[in-house]
Amino acid sequence: MTAGVAATVPPASPPPAARPEPRRRRTASQRREARAGLLFASPWLIGMLTFTVGPIVASVVISLTDWSLASPPTFVGVDNYADMFASRDFRNSVTVTLTYVLIGVPLFQVAGLALALLLNLKLPGIRIFRTIMFLPAVLSGVAVAVLWVQLLRPEGAVNNTLRFFGIDDPPGWLASPDWAVPAVVLIGLWSIGTGAIIYLAGLQNVPPELYEVARIDGAGPVRAFFSITLPMITPTLLFTLLNGIIGAFQVFDIAYVLGGSRGGSGGSLSFYLLYLWNEGFRNGRFGYASALAWVFVLVAAVLIVTILKTSNRWVHDESEEKP
Amino acid sequence: MTSVRLVRKTVSTSAAYVLLLALSFTILLPLGWMLTVALKPDFAPVFTQPTQWFPTGDWHWENFGRALTDPSRPFLRYTMNTLVIVALNIVGTIISCSLVGYAFARLRFRGREFLFGILIVTLLIPWHVLLIPQFLMYFKLGWYGTILPLVVPAFFGNAFYIFLIRQYIRTLPRELELAATVDGCNHFQVFWHIILPLIRPVLAVCVVFSFLSSWNDLLGPLIYLLRNEDYTVAIGMANMVSRANPKLNLLMAANLIMMIPAIVLYFVAQDKLVGGIASVGIKG
Repeated sequence: MTAGVAATVPPASPPPAARPEPRRRRTASQRREARAGLLFASPWLIGMLTFTVGPIVASVVISLTDWSLASPPTFVGVDNYADMFASRDFRNSVTVTLTYVLIGVPLFQVAGLALALLLNLKLPGIRIFRTIMFLPAVLSGVAVAVLWVQLLRPEGAVNNTLRFFGIDDPPGWLASPDWAVPAVVLIGLWSIGTGAIIYLAGLQNVPPELYEVARIDGAGPVRAFFSITLPMITPTLLFTLLNGIIGAFQVFDIAYVLGGSRGGSGGSLSFYLLYLWNEGFRNGRFGYASALAWVFVLVAAVLIVTILKTSNRWVHDESEEKP
Repeated sequence: MTSVRLVRKTVSTSAAYVLLLALSFTILLPLGWMLTVALKPDFAPVFTQPTQWFPTGDWHWENFGRALTDPSRPFLRYTMNTLVIVALNIVGTIISCSLVGYAFARLRFRGREFLFGILIVTLLIPWHVLLIPQFLMYFKLGWYGTILPLVVPAFFGNAFYIFLIRQYIRTLPRELELAATVDGCNHFQVFWHIILPLIRPVLAVCVVFSFLSSWNDLLGPLIYLLRNEDYTVAIGMANMVSRANPKLNLLMAANLIMMIPAIVLYFVAQDKLVGGIASVGIKG
């Protein structure tokens, strides 16, 4: 969620011009104001240096060491990075995470948008439906996962329902390694309301005049969707796409509850962050875990830059039309 | 002509309602099943054919009390622990973020725009990189095994909430502040008497989000808390699942208890919550 925020933040505007005042008084009150400003901002300044900047710098160094709490750190160069690419568990966790991205992200995009279109209809009682659909957005990942572990049992409610609809041999879900990631995707679909909130906000930002014009020009709803809605909400689509991919690397709670701390049978739920947590906090390999974190940062950075660079081809930018 | 259009409209409206109802049931039925199981007596069959989506025969409300006081996993204790962490996070967030937000919105000082740029950049940093070095730092400080790593950072501001508050303050008219200054108020008095009452709506958004993120957090408590008596609800729940043959009725009752604060908050502050989530995705 955090990664997309800055991408959509408008550039900071220049400070308002100083009020014209007599010169001597202005300097005195300005100095007082500057002092107050730094004082008021100081909690964040101190926190940013201690809890963010310092740790980031330290993290680079730690990733080049062999460090556990039992022994003092030793410098090992890029060994951690080399170990990583030789490790089967690492490759497995990347595979799990990317499988989730490939199945989940397109599905979440389409389903989230479809739901938002439905909830954007001007029908009596639509607010009640919105309330219901957005509800999973506030539920904790742990609680949702605890519930779904039971629903996804081979004899559980999901398979009962599938059998009711004629699927006689429903999947084993968490019991079968191949179906573990699809199970996480299924839970994601149940919580799709969170994504739909963002799409719905995007849809409501489309000026209604555009639809009016399209209707007068004789365009049907399908045509209006592809010529107006879709182009107008591409910034939202881009944001949710980035979020979806980065979010896959942050899957933790659900994988932990569904598959246990080791990431499911045969590592079928060893999502990237769960693997990092295992290596760092259970195996005490702080250097290696830091290297894992940095590899993710690089992947995320490359992804974000690539998507943003190619986005001018397909993202609608309102400022182009209003110079 | 018009009658054809009317028929078409009726058909598509009905289709929309059918779809909306079907989707709503998909959300509500699993929650209904959870309540059904929570109200069953011990060792009653849970995975029935067909599935019981809503409670019918069994109304063992005492299961909620039993889930809270079960000696092997003291849920009431977990709830209290979590509430302490949540409360400190909210207090810390509101104090620090409103002060910093005010500084960035109104007070002119050298380097302000540069620092604000840094604040935006920190929103982009994936927090994975911070996990290990922060842990080592807290470990060296002797904070490992206490709630300090989970609450102290809140008192030093959060970039996202600061951003929200700063944007909100900038939309307020300045007249009141100028009048207060003319009357001899200093910057803190202006903040306290003028700004703070005016920014209550955005502070409410911060409270709601701060509540949800610390109530729902699993990773932080999992890293820093060591003893069963210090555990939060999230760890308690997550660890209960892996246990062999727990009483499913009590498990589901406990799970409902974990969901209830979020659900209550959702119904009280739905517009703020939805608006807050939406504001992350669109400009402004």
